[in-house]
Order: sequence, then structure tokens, then C-alpha cells
Amino acid sequence: MNLLNTFFNIPVLIDTFPLLLSGLLVTLEIGVTSIITGLAGGLFLALVRLYGPGPIPFLSKIYIDIFRSIPLLVLLIIVYYALPFVGIRFSPFVSAVVALTLVSSAYTAEIFRAGIEAIPHGQFEASQALGLSSRHMMVDVILPQAIRIVIPPLTNNCINVLKDTALASVVAMPDLLKQATQAQALAANPTPLIGAALIYVALLWPLVAIVARLEKHFGKDKRP
Amino acid sequence: MTPLIKISNLKKAYGIFTVLHGIDLDIAEGEVVCVIGPSGSGKSTLIRCINRLESFSDESSIVVDGVVVGPGEALAKVRAEVGMVFQSFNLFPHLTVLKNVMLAPMRVRGTKPAEAERKARELLARVGIAEQAEKYPGKLSGGQQQRVAIARALAMEPKVMLFDEPTSSLDPEMVGEVLDVMKSLAGTGVTMVVVTHEMGFARQVADRVIFMDGGRIIEQNTPSKIFDNPKEERTRSFLRSVLDH
Ligand SMILES: Nc1ncnc2c1ncn2[C@@H]1O[C@H](COP(=O)(O)OP(=O)(O)O)[C@@H](O)[C@H]1O
Ligand SMILES: [Mg+2]
Repeated sequence: MNLLNTFFNIPVLIDTFPLLLSGLLVTLEIGVTSIITGLAGGLFLALVRLYGPGPIPFLSKIYIDIFRSIPLLVLLIIVYYALPFVGIRFSPFVSAVVALTLVSSAYTAEIFRAGIEAIPHGQFEASQALGLSSRHMMVDVILPQAIRIVIPPLTNNCINVLKDTALASVVAMPDLLKQATQAQALAANPTPLIGAALIYVALLWPLVAIVARLEKHFGKDKRP
Repeated sequence: MTPLIKISNLKKAYGIFTVLHGIDLDIAEGEVVCVIGPSGSGKSTLIRCINRLESFSDESSIVVDGVVVGPGEALAKVRAEVGMVFQSFNLFPHLTVLKNVMLAPMRVRGTKPAEAERKARELLARVGIAEQAEKYPGKLSGGQQQRVAIARALAMEPKVMLFDEPTSSLDPEMVGEVLDVMKSLAGTGVTMVVVTHEMGFARQVADRVIFMDGGRIIEQNTPSKIFDNPKEERTRSFLRSVLDH
């Protein structure tokens, strides 16, 4: 039973479990913060891309395209290792959140835009004909309907952000992956890595299942 | 008396294709005007310019109740005074019938929720759907939805009501209930501009019927004169074609 002792060494797992949990906490802190800031940034980008004056929509599109093209790991390394050369120094936590937010907001911007564009034109016209201001039209009529459309892809994006937090370990963030690799070194046994993988799956599997249900739920709900 | 709506030299083009060729039209307060004409003649475009859902040429001018309809601040004022009912209802599907009717008065006029609700229930009773107030629009028949749409527009207490083929997407058995609501509305003194294919309605309710073709007003007159004694050949052939069907 060499294999079991190597990969599923229960004593090692029990020893290192508190470390893994503290890593999970950091992972969640990075993930949840980045998801929230990414949502806010994405909604803002989507709105200025659709309705901004002058060159703003174009600039927003450029931003979105760039940050959807750049590999997150490259961006993270630039934020943490390159920006200090121009005097901008972020802590590992802030670096991770900044990099994740920059990318996540680009993706959520496209999700929000698609959701808003999916709302029938008549909804905009009816709002305007009633005299609603642009702000009330968005807040009371368009966004509540768009939210239903964007919830499945936004949840998907949350999953991606939570997974991508693992990259924060390269900037010495004591997240789940980092703690697992350290525990592995200490115990001279890879079981903590397997433990970390299982924790990631336990965390994200429910979300994956929720997305599938949401897609089914909103998919069959055909509205006029 | 100055007209409530004054349209002067209204021009509208999509690229090189001219939809409206300089329309002049005055509509008096309380008047009920029906606009008829073949499809593509510019009827929708004409009434959609009145609340500027469509922009129009700078040489044109539309004045509603003394306010120039143009981009900017004054537009909100015009839109609050001008209600519109669309062919496709365009109710807000995520709000109940009651909330559909309450929304604009609360947001645009700052009406208190209790007052907006009282008013909305009164209007829903007036269009005959008081019992449906808590339902979502998707649960209602087409005729009921269109009556909600009328109540929603009336909630703003508009001076003018624009109707763009309000019965064209309804099943035949529901046309009557919507026309009845519009007929009773016509008796209340609100100014109405109605694009319609319902010639019976136009004859019975309109003070004036306007026949449009090719982006121009070809002929306008009282319903009896237009329907019984049209002067223009184009009007005659149009009426022949619709009355045959
Ligand atoms: N967005 C648009 N782009 C180009 N042409 C349009 C557009 N909207 C309307 N038109 C054209 O303008 C003309 C008048 O349209 P409309 O006012 O809807 O006519 P009606 O309501 O009398 O049927 C039609 O020929 C139509 O094809
Ligand atoms: Mg039309």
C-alpha cells in the first residue's frame, strides 16, 4: 500500500489540515474581494462601453480586449515584480486582487454588455416614452432583467476567479496552494497537495452544479 | 387658439432614404386624430418623432404644449406629458401589473408609493383589469396586456396619448376590448394621435383622419368626408384595398 501512504497519508493530512484551512481562508479572501471589485468594475465598463460619450466606449473596448488577452500569471508578475521599478509597490494580497480584478472586470464587462443587449429594444422605448431618466431606466427596468440573463455566466466567472487565486502563490501569498506546497515540503509527502486539490473541488463543485441548474432554469424561462 | 402639438416641416431620412418629406401638422387640445395609410408610409415614424423616440432633421420643429421637442433637458418634460402605447405592449415583464403602472409616477413625478398605488388601482379598474393587479404581465392575454399598457401611460396624466397600431398584434377577439378602452378615453378630453388599421374605430371616434402615403400627408378631413368622399385617388385606392379585406 505504498501508493496510499504516499498520496493519501492520513496522519500527514491530519497534521497539515489546519495549515490548509488557513490557506483556504486566504484563497477565499482574495477570491471574494476580487469577485466583488470585478463585478463593480465590469458593470461600470459595460455601461460606459454602451453609453459613454465621445471616445469612452472605444477606450473601454480597448481595455476589455487587452485584459482578456493577457495571461493572468503574466499580469500578476508585472504587478508584483515590475511595478516596483516605477515606484508602485503593492503587498502580495493587493497585487493578487489587482491582477484578478483587472482581468475579471474585463470578462464581466462583456457578460453585462451581452445581458443588456439581450433586452428587447421595446423595453428601452417604453421607459423613454414614460419619461424615465437614463439612470432610472437602467436601475428599474433594464438591469433587473439583464441580471437574470447574466447570473449563469457571472457564476461561471466567479468559479474562474476562485480557481485563478491559486496563481497568487507565485507572489508568496499564503493561499491554499502555497500552504499545500509548503506542507508538502515539511512533511516530505505529497498528501497535502492532494488535500488542497480536494478542498478546491469541494469548494467549486457546488458552484459548478449551481451554474448548470441556473442555465437550465433561465434557459427554459422564455420571456416575451 | 394655439395648437397643443405643432409639427413644422418634419423631415426624417435613413441615409439616402427619406421617410418623411417635410410634414406640417397642427393638433388641437382634446382632438382625436387617426393616422391611416399603407405600411411603410411613415405613420410610426411620424408619431415617434412627437416624443422624440426618433430624432429628426434640424430644419424641422415640433412643439408640444409650448415646449420644443429637442435633445436635452426639455425632452424629459415632453415625454412626461406624452404617453405612448406600442403595438408590442412593451410592459416590464419583471414587474407586476400594479408596479408597471406605479413606476413612472414614482420615479418621474416623485409620487409617494401609497398615492401611486391608489392611482394605479383606480386606472386598472378603469381599463377593466383590477383583479389582475398582482399578476405578472406574461400571465395576461394580449388584450389585457395592452389595457395595462394604456393604464401605465395614463398614470403619468399625459396631455397627449400616442397609439402606434395598438390592436395590430392582438387576436381578433381581443381587439374590441382595447378599442373600447380607447373610445372611452377619447371622451375624456385627452388629445389622442392613433395610428390604426381599424377603420371602424377611426370613423366612429376620430375628429380628423389623416391619410399618409410615401412619407407625406396626402389628405386629411373629418372621418365621414375621408371615408365617404375621398378626394385623392391614392386615398380611394387605399380605402378600397383595406375595405375589401
Ligand atoms: N431604422 C430604420 N432604418 C431604415 N429604414 C427604416 C427604419 N425604420 C423605418 N424605416 C423605413 O421607414 C419607412 C417608414 O416606416 P414606418 O414609419 O414604420 O412606416 P409605417 O408605420 O407607416 O408602416 C419604411 O419604409 C421603413 O422601411
Ligand atoms: Mg408602423
